[in-house]
Amino acid sequence: MQRIGVFVCHCGSNIAATVDVKKVVEIVKNEPGVVHAEDYQYMCSEAGQALIAKAIAEKNLTGIVVCSCSPRMHEATFRKAAERAGLNPYMVEIANIREHCSWIHKNIEEATEKAVILARAAIAKVNLNAPLKAGESRVTKRALVIGGGIAGIQTALDIADAGYEVDIVEKTPSIGGRMSQLDKTFPTLDCSACILTPKMVEAAAHEKITIYTYSEVEKVSGFVGDFTVDIRKKARSVDMDKCTGCGVCQEKCPSKKTPSEFNRGLGNRSAIYTPFAQAIPNVPVIDRDACLKFKTGKCGVCAKVCQAGAIDYEQKDEIVTEKYGAIVVATGFDTIKLDNYDEYAYNQSKDVITSLELERVMNAAGPTKGHLERLSDGKHPKEIVFIQCVGSRCSDDRGKPYCSKICCMYTAKHAMLIRDKYPDVNVTVFYIDVRTPGKNFDEFYRRAVEDYGVNYIKGQVGKVAPQPDGSLLVQGVDLLDNKQILKKADMVVLATAIEPDPSVRKIATMLTASIDTNNFLTESHAKLRPVESPTAGVFLSGVCQGPKDIPETVAQAGAAAVKAIGLLAKDKLLTNPCTAKPDELLCNGCSACANVCPYGAITYEVKLINDHGIREERRVAQVNNALCQGCGACTVTCPSGAMDLQGFSNRQIIAEVDAICR
Amino acid sequence: MPMNEEFKPKIVAFCCNWCSYAGADLAGSSRLAYPADVKIIRVPCSCRVNPMFILRAFEKGADGVIICGCHPGDCHYSTGNYYARRRMAMLFSMLEYIGIENGRTRVEWVSAAEGVKFSTTMNDFVAKIKSLGENVRLGDIRCKN
Ligand SMILES: Cc1cc2nc3c(=O)[nH]c(=O)nc-3n(C[C@H](O)[C@H](O)[C@H](O)COP(=O)(O)OP(=O)(O)OC[C@H]3O[C@@H](n4cnc5c(N)ncnc54)[C@H](O)[C@@H]3O)c2cc1C
Ligand code: SF4
Ligand code: SF4
Ligand code: FES
Repeated sequence: MQRIGVFVCHCGSNIAATVDVKKVVEIVKNEPGVVHAEDYQYMCSEAGQALIAKAIAEKNLTGIVVCSCSPRMHEATFRKAAERAGLNPYMVEIANIREHCSWIHKNIEEATEKAVILARAAIAKVNLNAPLKAGESRVTKRALVIGGGIAGIQTALDIADAGYEVDIVEKTPSIGGRMSQLDKTFPTLDCSACILTPKMVEAAAHEKITIYTYSEVEKVSGFVGDFTVDIRKKARSVDMDKCTGCGVCQEKCPSKKTPSEFNRGLGNRSAIYTPFAQAIPNVPVIDRDACLKFKTGKCGVCAKVCQAGAIDYEQKDEIVTEKYGAIVVATGFDTIKLDNYDEYAYNQSKDVITSLELERVMNAAGPTKGHLERLSDGKHPKEIVFIQCVGSRCSDDRGKPYCSKICCMYTAKHAMLIRDKYPDVNVTVFYIDVRTPGKNFDEFYRRAVEDYGVNYIKGQVGKVAPQPDGSLLVQGVDLLDNKQILKKADMVVLATAIEPDPSVRKIATMLTASIDTNNFLTESHAKLRPVESPTAGVFLSGVCQGPKDIPETVAQAGAAAVKAIGLLAKDKLLTNPCTAKPDELLCNGCSACANVCPYGAITYEVKLINDHGIREERRVAQVNNALCQGCGACTVTCPSGAMDLQGFSNRQIIAEVDAICR
Repeated sequence: MPMNEEFKPKIVAFCCNWCSYAGADLAGSSRLAYPADVKIIRVPCSCRVNPMFILRAFEKGADGVIICGCHPGDCHYSTGNYYARRRMAMLFSMLEYIGIENGRTRVEWVSAAEGVKFSTTMNDFVAKIKSLGENVRLGDIRCKN
């Protein structure tokens, strides 16, 4: 029989306001195995933990139940406290009477009754707990960063500067991400390329960083400290070692009609291309869908003009397999498709563009060489209307429910830059709210209004109607003056909502990292563990976790790096001891368990078994504790009931069921 | 049970540690109420739920059992919820055959970010069980008083 202590936490008034903690203590005192029960204001505090230690020593406790907040919050805290007091940490169970009880119920009687039942279930479980010992696993001192935008670059630089090897996997032909597409950046208006390019160069030159561009993560296995990853290096058709980056091939390539991804489809690129002039690496790729040699077998111009003999039409995809201790996801974002927003005429008029397209239009290396002009006729616009929150903060499923966070600021930036360069152009902004929390952000917005005369109208736009004369009729409302507005514009710019890069779903599945309903990766704790994924060893950097501007992205990228470094600095990790364990007497060696184990943790061995006096050789299952992650799939599959999960055994769970249904 | 007393169903909810248990935590920290009749048991993965546990619950007087796991494709162990889904489909049809209505058993996917879904699911499930009334099948009569 165990000697169990029960500790009921008030959590200030978080629990005590709805659960009669004294009553819980009184009732659970009489539960089988319980020799001690008490309550305290804050069990997780030093004083609370001291109470637990004292009771363990004085009452010789063999198991404890803490009735408190979620085990996801403080299980580790109480396990450590128990361990310091000489108890095996796995003799601790938590009854979650806060998140699962006091916070969701109002009626004190009901909540108290439920708290008692949850405590009983935990007590019943602890009665069957057995001491467990965590094993050890080694840490591969190398990190993988998926995505080579500013987030990924910054994380990689920080990890590499701490002395660890880092690989960046970027799916496009160059690192740089969205920031490389931007012209100037708020709130200082410095040029994006001027601050990004040096970082890209630094990453490429760093002796600890290896960059795989035009590559994707194909398969991930293993676990924290010891991931094995397959990276597909897509065939570039150009030999990276030979190419000197002269660019002659791109000039001479006759296939020049492919819409440029980098310029968001405004303007074309050749079949052999680097996305932009400062691309890193400065080695082109051949887009085989556009290349005449691949499509018709004829051409081969690039191979003829390439002095370095770098063109290789025979090149094949290559799979690189590498081991990592930590993985950082930095897959960033894209703007949403506007197919659900016909009212803005985006698909009907070339003069209705997204803000990201405007970045390319304003950029000296962009499709208009930096001249502000209408894409339909090249004319200089006189009236520009910006529409904010296109697809953001949307209550129906046409768009996104969240605020994209960056649009208020970049719209103010665009408005200001246009007014600065072209004082003859009138700029009107339709907005729902202007949100500018951030250092020097509101000042920035006010400059747009006060110093640059940008006309801000609070209200939404119902329709943008292309007119026969080529102009656009914008129909909106002014909510402050409570009147309809009809405005003729030459260009309309849509501050389009952002969403996580669509590939993130696949990445999340491979990493078993969770994503939320909007496909942003979920952090382990919204406040206290904002850069860690719930999956151990996986960290989050940049917009893949939620909308952010560049300063926030860089700060978070550094934080993710620190967490990864903290992991890589360890030589050994403790493994989860809640692993599967076969009862060799019951096992009939059928292989059912090995077939369902996702980690290949189960093997078979022929062993001499003493079955109640009958000694015979039998094939029995063996679990490799270093590989078993403790899912429990095998335990349910086993037809003989031989496989059980330590810490979540059949008897323990049934004891909980019984306690609840009692 | 006396007819004038309000029926308080016994409901067991098995929640996987990685998604649904966290979803329940989020429902809690967001103060999204659902009836106290629901009691949660934490399991590492939905695939840890042995049909035996569910039979046991009904035997001991449960009126409804719900299993919550990560959305398909999002299981922390990749495939656990697919096993759970298949096993439960079989079990539930068998349970129906012996008179435990389909409404008393449910599998639901709730992610760590879906506090709202957790709460609405539980409200809905409790309402369903209340409409079905007390479970009289399989129960060991000695368990109910
Ligand atoms: C119109 C516009 C204007 C903006 N202006 C400003 C501004 O003025 N100031 C400011 O602070 N911020 C601005 N921003 C925000 C800024 O762009 C972001 O904060 C920043 O780009 C986020 O960086 P990131 O690395 O997280 O994501 P990204 O820049 O999106 O980088 C992600 C990278 O990961 C790669 N990737 C994606 N999926 C995979 C995969 N599966 N495998 C491998 N690689 C993958 C992508 O190709 C990309 O290179 C603006 C944004 C927009 C849309
Ligand atoms: S083979 Fe011809 S079409 Fe293909 S990339 Fe080279 S030059 Fe362009
Ligand atoms: S518990 Fe899961 S990981 Fe461990 S042996 Fe069983 S199936 Fe494999
Ligand atoms: S971990 Fe949630 S269903 Fe497998």
